[in-house]
Amino acid sequence: MRAYTPKDDVQKKSYYTDRFWVAPQVPKYDVSQDAVFAADLEAIKAKFDVLDAYIQVNQMVVVIHANDNYAVLELLKNEREYPQLSEMSAIDWLASEGKFEIFYQMLSMAKRKRLRIKCKIDEKEAIQSVEKLFRSADWSEREMYDMFGVVVNNHPFMKRILMPEDWEGFPLRKTYPLQGDEFAAWYEVDRIFGKEAREIIGPENRDPARVDRYDTQRFSRLGHEVPFGTDISQGEPDTPLVYQEQKGVFMIEKFDAEKSVVISDRHR
Amino acid sequence: MQQSNRLRPFFENITFDRADNEMILNFGPQHPSAHGQLRLMLHMQQEQITKAHPDIGYLHRGMEKMAENMIYNEFMPTTDRMDYIASSSNNYGFALAVEKLIGLDVPRRAKVIRMLLLEVNRLMSHLFWLATTALDIGAMTVFLFAFREREYLMDLVEDYCGARLTHAAIRIGGVPLDLPDNFMDDLRKFLDKLPENIKDYEDLLDTNRIWLMRMENVGVISKEMALSWGCSGVMLRASGVAWDIRKEEPYELYDEVEFNVPVSDKGDNYARYKLYMAEMRESAKILYQVIDMYEGTSTELMAHAPQYISAPKLDIMTQNYALMQHFVLVTQGMRPPVGEVYIPTESPKGELGYYINSQGGPYPYRLKLRAPSFWHTGILTDLLPGHYIPDVVSIIGTTNIVFGEVDR
Repeated sequence: MRAYTPKDDVQKKSYYTDRFWVAPQVPKYDVSQDAVFAADLEAIKAKFDVLDAYIQVNQMVVVIHANDNYAVLELLKNEREYPQLSEMSAIDWLASEGKFEIFYQMLSMAKRKRLRIKCKIDEKEAIQSVEKLFRSADWSEREMYDMFGVVVNNHPFMKRILMPEDWEGFPLRKTYPLQGDEFAAWYEVDRIFGKEAREIIGPENRDPARVDRYDTQRFSRLGHEVPFGTDISQGEPDTPLVYQEQKGVFMIEKFDAEKSVVISDRHR
Repeated sequence: MQQSNRLRPFFENITFDRADNEMILNFGPQHPSAHGQLRLMLHMQQEQITKAHPDIGYLHRGMEKMAENMIYNEFMPTTDRMDYIASSSNNYGFALAVEKLIGLDVPRRAKVIRMLLLEVNRLMSHLFWLATTALDIGAMTVFLFAFREREYLMDLVEDYCGARLTHAAIRIGGVPLDLPDNFMDDLRKFLDKLPENIKDYEDLLDTNRIWLMRMENVGVISKEMALSWGCSGVMLRASGVAWDIRKEEPYELYDEVEFNVPVSDKGDNYARYKLYMAEMRESAKILYQVIDMYEGTSTELMAHAPQYISAPKLDIMTQNYALMQHFVLVTQGMRPPVGEVYIPTESPKGELGYYINSQGGPYPYRLKLRAPSFWHTGILTDLLPGHYIPDVVSIIGTTNIVFGEVDR
């Protein structure tokens, strides 16, 4: 029987993990250890459900419900002095729990603090745009949609940003292979010549950077030259390296690889 | 309805014949002043821009996807290809993020060397910025001057790591090599001459009538706009926010050196130009102090953490256990603890952040690259309307975007 390979996560896996190996954890600290973060958390807790909150590597992480995302960020921006959304994106947990995790990385210059708001949504669920609060989310949300297919509601221009407009599939999902899928492999051929040209062109010519070692029309190998167009797939004829250019070449007279000697001591 | 295939151009449903006076100008992606692969769709009323739509992705290589399929050390050379003008700062950001994830402390000599590389890279980047922007405006002499100085720095980095552009000069846990013998002398020689050089540039540009016309009160970014668009670095400081990560959230030895953070509240192109010039002087100041720190540090270059970092070469060649661990770390890769970090550093372009989500495996579960240029390109949407065509070139110039970083 063929070995089962999971299809929901096709990213590279370590080929060997010790049976008794337990992964250590990056320590999480209680929010009460930091007065500034504790005050921020209190303000969030007063109005919203907080599912989890802790401090990890000097930054507070607050887990909230996905439909509170706009209101929480609005509170942080307007009342808690977090004027910048420095980064936001998604993490694909579809294989393990069928959800996307969205994180918002916030920065407060006045307090010199960074915190991360996180929430989870289902695969087909949409999330509210925060573009009205932070213009930077305009492009971040487009990138998130482009890479993961997370639809963002109330976004002014919900289009792909990095991939071409007519791309199929979402490249950063764990189900998407690193080498790309069939659509990606034939993208240029389909767009330029049409789908019916796939058979004419064939997979071997699909990639313009492909090097065919038996091709003697477009490639030559230094030191192993054969006449143009020779079929060398069944072994190659021996080509004697003897030549003499017309009118002769400077310092070279009837070069013959067989008869020439390689000098071992160049200072001789 | 247009068909996008069969060699017929595909214009994304834009109609070019408009009843009103509006024209659409397609700027790039192959334009010398687009600094790479930027395509701008500009809606124009006469010469004035009414709407701008930056189109990116022409250099997209899927580096975040690649990171998920590489062990941590394997990803290091890939980070070079982000901001290829100052690639050591990308290496450093990644190394720092992984070190914070593991909880490593780096030996002092490695810190000093890293500081040197970071500031040399900042100088390289700023000189490159000055050269290309001045060339876009038409100042050919400044271009030649600044590239000449940048060449000295590239030689310096080449002396250290052998590469000019893609350095890969920093490792997780330290640096791979000690400085070559002549490095400090050469650097000092360069720094001694740098104020003269900067003065040359400023003499050519500061009160140059053309330069002022193209720079002053062009591309004004308000403080609110800069904050809202996630601007960082010079783009933010030119708009009146005194925020330099080296100063506010110091990493490495930045809390031990003295330097100023130049700020302006004008927000226009000229303010950004002045800040770049001032930052070069500050970098030189930092470098002088770091040169003095090198003396007397112990010779260790890599952190001692056998679980994550290979032992020094001597140990690997002489001790069996070090060799075994090295073998495992090279073939399988290190396995950082389960957790997530977001570590920002001040790269020459702005806030370069690495978000790493580790699930305890040798491959990061998710790695998000927060590249400053991405938002500095996005801000063009709001910044360009109201400006004229020649302003586009000078504004793109002073945003200092690099497309390796925008598209990743």
